[in-house]
Amino acid sequence: MLLLLQYTLIFASVLLLVALGGCYSEHSGVINLGLEGIMVIGALGGALMMRYLPAVTPGFLMVLLTLAGAIVFGVAYSALLAVACINFKADQTIVGTALNILGTALATVLVKAMNMSINPDDVSSTIQYVEPKKSFIVYLGSFEFNWFMLITIVVLAIAYVVLYKTRFGLRMMACGEHPQAAASVGINVYKMRWAGVLISGVFGALGGISYILAGVSEWKFENGVAGFGFLALAVMIFGQWKPLRIALAALLFGLFRALSNVYIGIDFLAALNIPSTVYNMMPYLISLLVLAFTSKTSKAPKAEGIPYDPGQR
Amino acid sequence: MAEYEIEMLHITKRFPGIIANDDISLRLKKGEIHALLGENGAGKSTLMSVLFGLYQPEEGEIRKRGVKVEIHDPNDANDLGIGMVHQHFKLVECFSVLDNIILGVEPNKAGFLQKKEAREKVLSLSEKYGLRVDPDAIIEDITVGMQQRTEILKMLYRDNEILIFDEPTAVLTPQEIEELMEIMRNLAKEGKSILFISHKLNEIMSVADRCTVLRKGKYIGTVDIKDTTAEGLSAMMVGRDVNFHVEKKPAQPGEVVLDVQNMVVASKSHNNNAVKGVSFKIRKGEIVCIAGIDGNGQTELAYGLSGLEPVKEGVILFNGVDIAHMSIRKRNTSGLSHIPEDRHKHGLVLDYSLENNIVLERYFEPEFTSKAGFLKEQNIRAYAERLIAEYDVRSGQGPVTIARSMSGGNQQKAIVGREIDKNPDLLIAVQPTRGLDVGAIEFIHKQLVALRDAGKAVLLISLELDEVMDVSDRILVMYEGEIVGELDPGTATVEELGLYMAGAKRDEVKS
Repeated sequence: MLLLLQYTLIFASVLLLVALGGCYSEHSGVINLGLEGIMVIGALGGALMMRYLPAVTPGFLMVLLTLAGAIVFGVAYSALLAVACINFKADQTIVGTALNILGTALATVLVKAMNMSINPDDVSSTIQYVEPKKSFIVYLGSFEFNWFMLITIVVLAIAYVVLYKTRFGLRMMACGEHPQAAASVGINVYKMRWAGVLISGVFGALGGISYILAGVSEWKFENGVAGFGFLALAVMIFGQWKPLRIALAALLFGLFRALSNVYIGIDFLAALNIPSTVYNMMPYLISLLVLAFTSKTSKAPKAEGIPYDPGQR
Repeated sequence: MAEYEIEMLHITKRFPGIIANDDISLRLKKGEIHALLGENGAGKSTLMSVLFGLYQPEEGEIRKRGVKVEIHDPNDANDLGIGMVHQHFKLVECFSVLDNIILGVEPNKAGFLQKKEAREKVLSLSEKYGLRVDPDAIIEDITVGMQQRTEILKMLYRDNEILIFDEPTAVLTPQEIEELMEIMRNLAKEGKSILFISHKLNEIMSVADRCTVLRKGKYIGTVDIKDTTAEGLSAMMVGRDVNFHVEKKPAQPGEVVLDVQNMVVASKSHNNNAVKGVSFKIRKGEIVCIAGIDGNGQTELAYGLSGLEPVKEGVILFNGVDIAHMSIRKRNTSGLSHIPEDRHKHGLVLDYSLENNIVLERYFEPEFTSKAGFLKEQNIRAYAERLIAEYDVRSGQGPVTIARSMSGGNQQKAIVGREIDKNPDLLIAVQPTRGLDVGAIEFIHKQLVALRDAGKAVLLISLELDEVMDVSDRILVMYEGEIVGELDPGTATVEELGLYMAGAKRDEVKS
């Protein structure tokens, strides 16, 4: 049971971080379908940091620098979305999809090239981080506490306060709802949307690095992040673009994802003798159902997906 | 102290191929309500956009209290104390009234919102000027009138001294208009200077101190309201005398065309029915008008008749056939025409060309579609060109103009032409003149009367009392989904009509 709790929390953390990223981007008016790609690139940034930092780096610094690496990569990558969608008014769905395809491909090519330059026979796209990973984990008895659980709670609190209690949040949401209204009171819609997208780059990258650090000690970048970016989008929609509801949705989805990892250890579930693939499908099936039933009443930001055109009334 | 709060002197603004403002001057005194009158396309909006910093004029200058100023964007305008209530409100619908008011000028400590002082300021302003709002209400839940008061409070909260109202009454009910006029008078009394853009003469006559008239981009003149009449203003605006009273012969009703019996239509916004068992008849050769305050079921009545909403109960006999459950296409082809209330939503495909919009209800006829299913583009073009000429539809590129780019008046003329040219037995016209200028209104009224004189029936649904009294041969008043009175426009007074519309009086109306 402890294991279930542990996995639920770590998966929920990943989903929550990424979904909050999506939440910020969409509240500013840009649909970010590229979260999956941002996660991969962010994870790559963090993984490279862990691979190349000297092993003697103190744990605390290791954590900070890994996060910093992920964030830098994620923000830079999300800037592609911002430039294309905000300045060049490209179709947000297509750019997001392109970022997803590019993300995994780019990470694979880069890691393969690096591996081959060290050992020509090593054509894998895998990065190992057995030792650095230990910096992220603290054992509380048999409970494996992951720093990301704490980081996520802090991020959630900040995300909530910034969105609802600050001038920045109010202005950003206005840009996602009615950019012409925002512009008419002197708000720079372009700046606000850039901010929203870059913040989604930060959160998406944090989600990506925490995902590849959950459970395993090496990551094969060919696999991308297995649709977690899209799952996070479902979490965001189920959470109705509101941080606290997103947190609850993330816990629910995290629980189902965790079940697929640990159901063997839970007697009555194991006794049911359901194939593991069913558990693996669960989060995706649930998101399909949830979206089918909640889409009708969804409270998406009204202007999301529409490039800002100052001439339009 | 300078005599004028704002002066716009010799403003000229050119767009490719057109001079939108040609040497226009406007002087606004402190504490006055100054109307800016002109037909659609006369250059009112361009002039206000120059004042608000959205366009830079090629020639001319703007002075505030005698000092020349440069206005490059709305922020400059705001710094000079110029605020504007846009025709289409600039409100974030899911925000509260308070959030909308403070947006852009939020009181804050280190970026954190301090709403308490903002709320106090809003409440005191709202009390001072009689602007009733609930600061915590969400915009999408409140009435259009309250949304407009929110827009006004937005300007007052920013301590704006010069308030521009861009066609503020177009979206309001008669009561709300009256209330707005009162608010404007209060604001002027408190020393605010108001620019009131409108083409409704009676409103200008009742509220404004002076009026500047534009026509086709040119400055015609500025007059004191107390020295002029509505007729005088209208002649200045259109360059000729306009007949307010619709010329028409007495009606000669013939046989019954439409016989509605106990029609019930459900409401979309609440659980009650919007139309509650309405019965009436319309004969050939008469214009029957349904009067009433907005939201008393007129919209749904038209939807039920035209087929846009299903009819829950009742019978609609049209030329003796029950059409209550017929498809819209079938109603259309059997002699029913409909000028819809919302011309953007139900009247036109905005991104289609004008010619395609004109054949929208007839494209499937053999004249326009070959047996193999291909459109006969030449015939469509020829037909569109004929209607454009007959109904004086003006547009940039003729038949191939995209409907979205046309002015509201010309969009409406295209719809009117399309519907009347079908040679219908019954035309349902829902607020056919809403938002149009005097010239276009006169034109549309003439068309309705001509149709009647040709022995057809017209059902006019209108919120404008003048229109109701002038155009119709018979008035039915709707109140809360029922018909509560039938009046003869020849003998009834506007006051009497008002009593029925407000629900203060009702008769048993036999169909």
